[in-house]
Amino acid sequence: MDIFTAIVQILDSTIRLSVPLLLACLAGLYSERAGVFDIGLEGKMLVGAFAGAAAASVFHSAFLGLGMAILISVVFALIHGFASITHRGNQIVSGVAINFIAAGSTIMLGQHWFQQGGRTPALAPGERFEAITWPGVDAVRDVPIIGPIYSELISGHSILVYIAFLMVPFTWWVLFRTRFGLRLRAVGENPAAVDTAGISVAWLRYRALICTGILTGVAGAYLSMVQNGGFVKDMTAGKGYIALAALIFAKWKPVNAMFACLLFGFLDALSIRLQGTPLPLIGKVPVQFMQALPYVLTVILLAGFIGKAIPPRAGGVPYVKER
Amino acid sequence: MSTPYAKLPAWADYGLIPVINLFVAFVVAGFVVLLVGENPFRAAVILVEGAFGRGTGIAFTLFYATTFIFSGLSVAVAAHCGLFNIGGEGQGYIAGLGIGVVCLAFDSVLPWWLTFPLAIIASAAMGALWALIPAYLQAKRGSHIVITTIMFNFIAASVMVYALVGFLKPASSMAPQTRTFLDGAQLPKLNWVIELFGAKIRSAPLNISFLLALVMAYLVWLLIWRTRLGYEMRTYGHSSKAARYAGISEIRIVIIAMMISGALAGMMALNPTMGDQHNVALDFVSGAGFVGIAVALMGRLHPVGIVLAAILFGMLYQGGAELAFEMPAISRDMIVIIQGLVILFAGALEHMFRPYIQALFASISPKAVGIEAVKGKGA
Repeated sequence: MDIFTAIVQILDSTIRLSVPLLLACLAGLYSERAGVFDIGLEGKMLVGAFAGAAAASVFHSAFLGLGMAILISVVFALIHGFASITHRGNQIVSGVAINFIAAGSTIMLGQHWFQQGGRTPALAPGERFEAITWPGVDAVRDVPIIGPIYSELISGHSILVYIAFLMVPFTWWVLFRTRFGLRLRAVGENPAAVDTAGISVAWLRYRALICTGILTGVAGAYLSMVQNGGFVKDMTAGKGYIALAALIFAKWKPVNAMFACLLFGFLDALSIRLQGTPLPLIGKVPVQFMQALPYVLTVILLAGFIGKAIPPRAGGVPYVKER
Repeated sequence: MSTPYAKLPAWADYGLIPVINLFVAFVVAGFVVLLVGENPFRAAVILVEGAFGRGTGIAFTLFYATTFIFSGLSVAVAAHCGLFNIGGEGQGYIAGLGIGVVCLAFDSVLPWWLTFPLAIIASAAMGALWALIPAYLQAKRGSHIVITTIMFNFIAASVMVYALVGFLKPASSMAPQTRTFLDGAQLPKLNWVIELFGAKIRSAPLNISFLLALVMAYLVWLLIWRTRLGYEMRTYGHSSKAARYAGISEIRIVIIAMMISGALAGMMALNPTMGDQHNVALDFVSGAGFVGIAVALMGRLHPVGIVLAAILFGMLYQGGAELAFEMPAISRDMIVIIQGLVILFAGALEHMFRPYIQALFASISPKAVGIEAVKGKGA
């Protein structure tokens, strides 16, 4: 097979695989920048995926599905906020709890409502997000180099893919060019200063968590309504944790986050592609090694061997007003 | 940082508040049962009867509890040192590698009472090793232990798949699991203890590792409250600055605490492998490491509390299985929801009811909450 076509195909699946990571990673960016650790990204994606697929198949509308995914995911984000902001509970513990509740309730309710062993019914064409074909694809398809790149790589994805990548500059703009973003970053570094300035720390952190919920909802909807035509139990399969790893890898910056997610997506695509085929020089690489690579890379980064990842200073610490 | 909450009497702190939190978690779980169209009160009765109604049920409950005692102790030891070891899952999983190697090597030559100590050492060593790297990175390079231990959970999963498929499974088999252990690596059952009390038991996997778990609970109590090392760990957990001022080596204490925690997590692998399935299979830990978080939180980080909480969760697992059998609308995933709710209400929201209880106590007897102490007499 033509090596160029192979590369384009791998890059194409890289994009598809990195979209849920990217959305979840940006979601984590909002909450962690505001000083709230969130290891419940996984659970929020899962409830988003379930709510999206369930609503889409009941109401026969992809957009209603997306809306429901966002709504339920935001509700879970608010539970996290209620525990960790209002009641100053341990943020890690709260995140773990959310992952458990999400894993259990999606299967229970799915089984109760649809009787398909925890699955939702397969989504019909109108109920899921279709690929968008860009203008002029047929005309340039046969042009060498540019043709495949335009028709395979750039065109032919669903709307959520483009939204995910547009969220990168948007998030950058919100965090670094708006008043809300400035305050959000400040509340993650020094909440006492924000409080002194007369701005509510709790309300700011709640708003950050709502942003998180919206994005994890979209990420979940992508999983169940684009990548897969319906919800399957435990379909996030650790993606929330990889997104967390990507967030650290990106040193809590939006543009870096995109590259980190593309890298992890690429590793994933490569490991699927290389299954069983020996590489030149190295020989046969075990699939498990490729699967573990994102985590290993993150640990190496955390150890300070590839630059230093410095988290927001107030991250993980509930804010207590002195009295 | 100022302490946001005043003191309560010990019995309220360690007894009343956990019970209230647990009660609320179960009420919310009851609503979930209601949502799928079943009667929550009947569900509760089936759950408790399934767990404690018959001898077999009790044996199964204690079997599940064994694993949870280990994982709960693991979380607690780290927590006393101010560390959140969320990697019990991976440490327990990787310990299966040590157990697998020991059992496959010795099960045909040694009797169980020689294989067992070797397997204990192997599992504890593997678990401790898997906790060592995150501990070292936390102590020496300041990387967050929660994140590194999560990453190590996933790395452990990959390593185990590789090991099981690569060299632990017999060459003739397709299933990614070791061959069945021979008698030399099968732990004796403890069912006769329950039968002493007159109950009948049809094949339950309760085994001698339950006693090991109880011994470990005692040793952890000894370590934390009766040794110098435990004192140093608690000091570091309360205030790392004070510990440093007192001349306690930060690196040493973090690494030791995490290795003990990892060793305990590793030992939880003994129960399902040598005690029940008699092999090492893919994903045999199945979430027990995470349950340890709930168990430790419920048990208020005290070994006695942890044993009780582990039995509670064992009851949920065993009773939940009966429940799934009796009520088709409720699957075993109900247990996962209940666990999540317990972690939420007993862990993250543990302070939710505290102000109300405090106000209640203050209105009954101001002395009990330490308000009188301000007047100069001292507490």
